[in-house]
Amino acid sequence: MHDMCLRDGMHAMRHQISLEQMVALATALDEAGVPLIEVTHGDGLGGASVNYGFPAESDEAYLRAVIPHMKNARISALLLPGIGTVEHLRMALDCGVHTIRVATHCTEADVSEQHITLARKLEMDTVGFLMMAHMLDAPSILAQARLMESYGANCIYCTDSAGYMLPDEVAEKLSVLRDGLKPETELGFHGHHNMAMGVANSLAAVDAGADRIDGSVAGLGAGAGNTPLEVFAAVLDRMGAVTGVDVFKLMDVGEDIVVPMMHQMVRIDRDSLILGYAGVYSSFLLHAKRAGEKHGVPSSKILVELGKRKTIGGQEDMIEDVALDLLKRQRKAAGSSA
Amino acid sequence: MKVNAALIGSGNIGTDLMYKALRSDWINPVWMVGIDPESDGLAKAREAGLKTTHEGVDGLLPHIEEDSIQMAFDATSAYVHAENSRKLNERGVLVIDLTPAAIGPYCVPVVNLKEHVGKKEMNVNMVSCGGQATIPMVAAVSRVQPVEYGEIVATVASLSAGPGTRKNIDEFTRTTASGVEKVGGAARGKAIIILNPADPPLIMRDTVHCLTETRPDEEAIRESVASMIAEVQKYVPGYRLVNGPVFDGNRVSMFMQVEGLGDYLPKYAGNLDIMTAAALRTAELFGEEIANGTISLSAAGA
Repeated sequence: MHDMCLRDGMHAMRHQISLEQMVALATALDEAGVPLIEVTHGDGLGGASVNYGFPAESDEAYLRAVIPHMKNARISALLLPGIGTVEHLRMALDCGVHTIRVATHCTEADVSEQHITLARKLEMDTVGFLMMAHMLDAPSILAQARLMESYGANCIYCTDSAGYMLPDEVAEKLSVLRDGLKPETELGFHGHHNMAMGVANSLAAVDAGADRIDGSVAGLGAGAGNTPLEVFAAVLDRMGAVTGVDVFKLMDVGEDIVVPMMHQMVRIDRDSLILGYAGVYSSFLLHAKRAGEKHGVPSSKILVELGKRKTIGGQEDMIEDVALDLLKRQRKAAGSSA
Repeated sequence: MKVNAALIGSGNIGTDLMYKALRSDWINPVWMVGIDPESDGLAKAREAGLKTTHEGVDGLLPHIEEDSIQMAFDATSAYVHAENSRKLNERGVLVIDLTPAAIGPYCVPVVNLKEHVGKKEMNVNMVSCGGQATIPMVAAVSRVQPVEYGEIVATVASLSAGPGTRKNIDEFTRTTASGVEKVGGAARGKAIIILNPADPPLIMRDTVHCLTETRPDEEAIRESVASMIAEVQKYVPGYRLVNGPVFDGNRVSMFMQVEGLGDYLPKYAGNLDIMTAAALRTAELFGEEIANGTISLSAAGA
């Protein structure tokens, strides 16, 4: 179980988590037995920007604050080639990051060669993270996964960035990866709860051979959040699985730490349901709400249009652009009917 | 009188550049240099009447004098550029670098080309496709008032990003960010690149965000942006502002689209077009000055 509150959750917090909150939450997750915790800007190392949002503190400040407090848990960092570079990767290693997750759109694995090769050479736990996996069929995902494996990734993720996938699709994709990759290569699944499939999809992934499952306590993540980790842990407990995670402590973390710090309830509202339904990148949610408010265009329409244009992760700049296009259209329609 | 030129590299960029150079009033493409005898680019060059070699720059060197080659475009890779440039400069050939090697100063024609011609540079670098598309916009703002931070997001169709770009994606972000600072005039620069696989392929999109030190002078920036776009359109007709400038506090944002001419790759690959068009524009201005006798090239160290 790999917690995302302090990375994917950064999206839901507009990247404004304080160092104290980071340390308190990470320490509590560590005490609850969560083995791996991700700490980075929502869009990965180097994500600090106008496009994705400037965080309260730098990646380096967060990592240096959290890592010394960890008793058992290890810390991971996310890196998207095109946004972050190998310099960021070296910085993360220097801070004591154990796991680096190199994320690309599911069809573009070959942009990760520089970063995966270096991470492996530096003997880091190296993960290839294929995003928006609903946009590509299983055999093609396998081909991309093999590229990452060939660069040196020891674990491959099937990432449902839009919260679009249903359990059958998760099972199919994970099975094809399991059969096609080296037996020693681990598999992971990262879900979003936009269609309330987080837990069901994660179970399907485990059944199909996944070794690592991402979630976040109280679902603190982009869109309607990630797979709620305390719920997933409780389900596994009931199924008789030994997870090493203390379900009651995890519930307390959610109730006492995560929920009180949320800026807004992370839940399946209309916009996040549209993300899942239309297959749109979950991190677009708050950006679309903001652009909608600024320009007087419904955020739901912006999200549907972003889906139509086949935008992918990282294209946050298209949100305001689409809002302005819709505004022009609205004005034209109003003008012609007047 | 046209200036004779060689094209080093027979890939997408070199071939696209050849078609543009064949239409130039100032540049006469004489040689195309490749390393693969089977390459499509070399075949296209032969069809167009150019001399070709598949033995790299060394295959060209013996012919430089007899064919009066005065300029070369290097569209190979950052790894071999320095060596190519050294050999060519030694023989008095001016090198226009389209790789991310950037051993010479950055050149964005509408912003600083005249400066380089005045200094008689023997090697100029064309930054990157995203840099050519966005740096003019950063400069359009920074010539009005100080820009504390410039950020660009370049989105290109997956099909238009070749293996070189993919293997060296960090070089893109680094070189472009540095160009945003050095040529665009932003105190700090950041660059982001996205490869989008949508089918049909999307036309190159670029977003430019500038954070100005003081409240933006909206009217002056609108005017400056409009006149800069008109300048870029002289060599890239498909360069246009889709939305903006948007003003939000001290943020100024421009949303650009770059459609190519479709010379070698289809029109969506505006990223290749703006690179080759900018390189040719650079060569033409040098060529004009050479033809007018305002500048003359001399072998390095001579």
